[in-house]
Amino acid sequence: MSRIGETFAALKARNKKALIPFITAGDPGKGMTVPLMHVLVEAGADIIELGVPFSDPMADGPVIQRASERALANKVGLRDVLAMTAEFRKTNTTTPVVLMGYANPVEHMGYEAFAQAAKAAGVDGVLTVDIPPEESAGVSDVFKAHGLDPIFLLSPTTPESRVEQVAAAAGGFIYYVSLKGVTGSANLDTEEVAAKLAMVRRHCSLPVGVGFGIRDAATAEAVARIADAVVVGSRIISEIETAPEGECVNRVKHLVAELRRGVDAASK
Amino acid sequence: MKLTDLPDSRGHFGPYGGIFVAETLMAALEELRVEYDKARNDPAFMAEFEYELKHYVGRPSPVYHAKRLSEQYGGAQIYLKREDLNHTGAHKINNTIGQALLARRRGKKRVIAETGAGQHGVASATVAARYGMECVVYMGAEDVARQSPNVFRMKLLGATVVPVSSGSKTLKDALNEAMRDWVTNVESTFYILGTAAGPHPYPMLVRDFQCVIGRECIMQMPELTGRQPDAVIACVGGGSNAIGIFHPYIPYEDVRLIGVEAGGSGIASGKHAAPLSAGTPGVLHGFRSYLMQDENGQIIETHSISAGLDYPGVGPEHSYLKDAGRAEYVAINDDEAMAAFHDLCRFEGIIPALESSHAVAQAKKLAPTLKKDQIILVNLSGRGDKDINTVAKVSGITL
Repeated sequence: MSRIGETFAALKARNKKALIPFITAGDPGKGMTVPLMHVLVEAGADIIELGVPFSDPMADGPVIQRASERALANKVGLRDVLAMTAEFRKTNTTTPVVLMGYANPVEHMGYEAFAQAAKAAGVDGVLTVDIPPEESAGVSDVFKAHGLDPIFLLSPTTPESRVEQVAAAAGGFIYYVSLKGVTGSANLDTEEVAAKLAMVRRHCSLPVGVGFGIRDAATAEAVARIADAVVVGSRIISEIETAPEGECVNRVKHLVAELRRGVDAASK
Repeated sequence: MKLTDLPDSRGHFGPYGGIFVAETLMAALEELRVEYDKARNDPAFMAEFEYELKHYVGRPSPVYHAKRLSEQYGGAQIYLKREDLNHTGAHKINNTIGQALLARRRGKKRVIAETGAGQHGVASATVAARYGMECVVYMGAEDVARQSPNVFRMKLLGATVVPVSSGSKTLKDALNEAMRDWVTNVESTFYILGTAAGPHPYPMLVRDFQCVIGRECIMQMPELTGRQPDAVIACVGGGSNAIGIFHPYIPYEDVRLIGVEAGGSGIASGKHAAPLSAGTPGVLHGFRSYLMQDENGQIIETHSISAGLDYPGVGPEHSYLKDAGRAEYVAINDDEAMAAFHDLCRFEGIIPALESSHAVAQAKKLAPTLKKDQIILVNLSGRGDKDINTVAKVSGITL
């Protein structure tokens, strides 16, 4: 079983839900990412989603776009992200790391070369936002052959007929995007999400994480009641963006701890 | 498989094209694919499209023998396909009418578009007014500044123009923003994509709507000259005017097809927008094609005097035609395009778009290498009224 599979199994045994925070590698500084990853774990993260900066993040809202721009200004590329993961792995061998980004940096490195390097660095899963299952032949298989879980998205616009196809290509967990729109959008309707998740689970045995629109303990709790995992991105990036110099790590720690309390409140 | 049979059912032109988008858009693209398939097999739809092209756009556009220019360039005879004479002044309207009719079939009341030079934005705003739809146009903040006449035109036509200040503030960023709008409003909104690029089925349907250009030429050239041309030249940004004139000519193996990219300050300077001439394949904006990218796979900023060619990618069919050897792709620098712009003004009384001036500049290079009875057909994709501020600025003149 993969590190992601083991994590979900262990949480289930303890009747708990997973908290998956997202940060963009290289934001706010190249040297900040590994310390931030450790702090995320300390504050209660079960899995870390690490954003690979890209010049044209089409599916992201302004908050994560700006994080990507800051990281690129810090000259952080895919190879640096792998190096950061390897550095994190020196002292943490249990928390899964999922890379999240766009196809082109991976395509440019080569899927086979990337998969090898990612596995060696200690990456557990890869979510390439703009590679749907239709285009994933020769990608998912390569990832799976190297022991990387290919993570795929489902959205409110995904018809039931497609869910099985997505689930067949996926590994680790399914990431259900709870809103139409880009990252950082508002207005989460948990009842609507719950209904959709019931449909997803009829076709898919993988754990289902829900992201988009989660901003505090209350929304984290509401989502944790219906999903296997709670994914939080833009809210954490906002905290990094607005923190005064030197306060960033502490701010993130407090925020993630608050989200953790929300997630845990759902299992009480 | 024949070159003309592409793309395959999933939008692939060999290794290029495809559907590289986030899950949220997959259903909308599938819906568009199904709808377009029905529409193109519906005689009523095609009849209405043709009626609009004839009576609203003013098609067929003429082919014109540029005799004085040909004499000046000294060699082959140069003919111009006058897409600049279309309503709104460029080939873009052929596509926006087709897509607006598709939007109407789907019952969508809101359309969005991205634009570089503003020609596609104007063409989108035009059809939105014509069919009574709300229109939002995304335009890079830098392009808003350098194409102010077109911004004002769009506003006159009732469209909302949204300046995009992320990234390089040009066409690619406008496209990112239009995609974000579409992801958010996918149920109410039709995305009128302006070039033969983006995820399937856009490269195919934009090409199909633009192929009227080449089909007309195939009829017009024998009437004028008794035969088909020796070479067809078109500028390539995203590549919709070029694929529109190239595609019908693909089976005519004796006709050279030459696409002209923006060489900016020169390929060697790195400041250009010529992915086919100096790029490598990659994935951007929903499709695989040649791209301008750095060693980390990040998209790099492009440079061209012409906003409409200032794009780091290119439609996937052009990548395929390049690899297959059926079309050749070259680059023309800013200064060469400017010289050709002035040539056409002075020798033919035609003010061309800076985009189209790149194609004319390539004819200037090719003509002297050919015999006097040989024929070059240049797709004059747009008129240059929108560019007079840029040209004045380059010439050091304050208007």
